[in-house]
Order: sequence, then structure tokens, then C-alpha cells
Amino acid sequence: MTIANVIDIALLVFLGLTAFAILKLRALFAVVMLSSVFSLVSACLLVHLDAVDVAFTEAAVGAGISTVLMLATLALTARREKASTRTQALPLIVVFLTGLALVYGTLDMPRFGDPAAPIHHHVAPKYIHDTETEIGIPNIVTAVLASYRGFDTLGEVTVIFTAGIGVLLLLGAFIREPDGLKIQTMHHHLVLRVVTKVLIGPILLFALYVQAHGDYGPGGGFQAGVIFAAAFIIYALVFGLENARLALPGHAVRVLVACGVLLYGGVGIVSILFGENYLNYSVLGSTPVHGQHWGILLVEFGVGLTVSAVMVSTFYAFAGQNPPISDEDW
Amino acid sequence: MSALLIDAASWALLVLGSIFVLIGALGLVRMPDFYTRMHAAGITDTLGADLILLGLMVQAGFSLVTVKLVLIGAFLFFTSPTSTHAIANAAYTAGLRASPMDEEGDAPDEGGDSAGERP
Repeated sequence: MTIANVIDIALLVFLGLTAFAILKLRALFAVVMLSSVFSLVSACLLVHLDAVDVAFTEAAVGAGISTVLMLATLALTARREKASTRTQALPLIVVFLTGLALVYGTLDMPRFGDPAAPIHHHVAPKYIHDTETEIGIPNIVTAVLASYRGFDTLGEVTVIFTAGIGVLLLLGAFIREPDGLKIQTMHHHLVLRVVTKVLIGPILLFALYVQAHGDYGPGGGFQAGVIFAAAFIIYALVFGLENARLALPGHAVRVLVACGVLLYGGVGIVSILFGENYLNYSVLGSTPVHGQHWGILLVEFGVGLTVSAVMVSTFYAFAGQNPPISDEDW
Repeated sequence: MSALLIDAASWALLVLGSIFVLIGALGLVRMPDFYTRMHAAGITDTLGADLILLGLMVQAGFSLVTVKLVLIGAFLFFTSPTSTHAIANAAYTAGLRASPMDEEGDAPDEGGDSAGERP
């Protein structure tokens, strides 16, 4: 057994223990924190499997933003789960059978890392071989995500867009505009305010770096959008929702939600107008490779725009349900 | 020779950092109440993480990786004391007080959860 196996097994054991603890605990605050831990451990596992881009997304979305959103949800509901009165035998049997079926299904799959597996023989060699000449960027993941499989990514962005619209509709954020914006003074939390002010700039800069650097290393629109949104969410958490809405109004964010998907789809339309297939970027620049660079840059920007706008407006929608905490309550 | 020295230095830093992380984890489990537990957790954030980062920097040499590690260290330097402060502040605001020592200098054995109700 190699050291790599030991690390994998240790991380998987941690995952299993965390999942079990999440099932067993009734204190929902601890459950939220443990699900954040779960995401972080899976991110470690993905790094160890060399899927750095996925790990980055998992760490940013799972351990970062979704924890904040779940805490915001928790603030609206109870902090303890109600004890279930029903018998749990039937669900246990169903879960057990499903698990057995899944394990049985994996028996037919090729072993992990098997070089003879079909996935290594169908399109992957083409991507690995042609990315340098056709797309001209070092990070093959971004080439596959934004160019070869541009349709899939358009679908993913549309899913995020639809989810964001759904959340906004359910929470009624379209009706509830903040009336009479008042600036809270927040005399307390001096340390938090100062550190937040110091950190927001670097966080935004890092988001832009991740956004622009997706061609060369792990990163891209999804991760950058989440990090960009995190800067606004931390501002809203420390300085109050009203102040965040002054800096970035809710109606502007809702427009941006649509703008990202529009930009993505628009790049496809433009490539049709230039006489190519939908989302074939080769015609956008002076040379095909140059056109690919332009296309990937624009498409990733659209992804980042939609993701960050959906995250911020979802947070606004959740946090807007709470009455603002006045200074005297601290 | 210098490669050996670099390896030895980075290993020493990494092992030392790991030991501090281990001490922090042990303290987190063993300490009697909330505030002392947070004191133990602080060791993980500061000494442990910084020593491990330093060990990685020694291993990376003068490169872009070292610059990134320095940035990570700077972020930790700002964020972990802040989060510790925020947690302690929240606990204090919620009414949790440090558990008082009795005559022999031992902490009471009820643990941190009941400490808040003490006069």
C-alpha cells in the first residue's frame, strides 16, 4: 500500500465520519459547520486525485458560500432539528438497497486509473493532443470546459441562472425593495470592520486573478464568481445589508444575473453571424487560435458574472428576510 | 550538500508545525471550557500553520510558489486572529463566562456548556 493510498483512505474515512455525524446530530448549527468540513475534506480528496479545478470549486462553493447561505437559512428557522417520530426501518432498507445497487453497478466500471478504460480512449486523447494547436492555452481543463464542451458549460450557467431566479421568486425578492435606506453606524466590532476593510480589496483582486488566470492554471468563471460574491457577502455581514445594498443595489445584481448568460449566448450568436457553428470561437479573432482565446475569455467572464450575481442576490434574498440587527442589541 | 540542508530545514519546520497542530487538536479535545479550548485552537492557526508554510517556502526556494505561500501566510495572519476574536466576542455577548477555578486551582468538571449559568 503506497502513501497515496493511505492518504486517500484517511480522507475517505474522514468523509464517512463527517457524514455520519451530520446524520446523527440534531443541533443544526453544528450540522452546517460539519457540512462545510465535509466539503473541505472532499476538496482535499479532489486535489489528491489531481482534479485541482474541481477542488477549487468545491472549496469555494461548498466550504465557502453555501455555508454562509445555510447559516442565513438557519437564522430564519429553528436551530434544532425536530425529533422524528416515525419508524426509520423502511428508509434504512431503501437506502441500503440503493447503496448495494450502486456498489454492484461500480463492479462493471473500469478500475480507478485503468489505462484501458474507455474514457481514456474516446475523446480525451484528442483534447490532450489538440489543445495546444487548436486552442493554444496550457490548462486543458479550461479548453475542454469553455471551448470543446462549451454547450455543456452554457447549460451549467443556465442551471445556475434558473436556480437563482427560482430562489428570488420563492423568497419574493422582486417585491421587497428596501425602503428608506439607512446607514447603520456599527460602533461595535471595530476589529472586524478594520480587517474586513483590509481584506475586501485583496479578495476582489484574487477573484479577478482567478477569473483571468483560468487559461493558465486552476480557476475560471465559476470559482472567480464565487470569490467575487464572497467579498460582497463579507461586506454585508460586517457592515450590514443596507450598506451592502447601497454599494451594490439589488436590482443591479438581478440585471447582472441575466447579463452573464446573455454574454455567453451572445458569443455563440456572434460566431454564427461570422459563418461558423454556434459557440465555435475560431472566427472571433485574426487567427483561429486567437479567436479561441477571445471566446474563452468572454465566455468565462459571462460565467463569472452570472455566478457572482446569483450568489449575491441569493444572499440578499435570504438576509433580507431577517430584521436588521440594531447597534443596541450587540 | 545544500540540497540536503534545505531538505533537513524544511522537514524540521514541517514536523514542528505538525506537532503544534497536534497539540492544538489535543487541547481542543482536552481543555475544560470554551475559552481555554479557543486558546488551544489558536496554536493550530498561528504556530502550526505558519511553521508548515515556512517549511513549504524553504522547499520551494525563490519562486512564484513562495510568493503565493507568503500571501497565504499574510491572509492567515489577518484572518485567524480576527475569527478567534469574533468567536470569543460572540460567546461573551451571548453570556458565556470563563469557568472559575476552585480553591485547588482545578477547573470544575461540568465542562464549558454549563459555565454560562454561573453567577
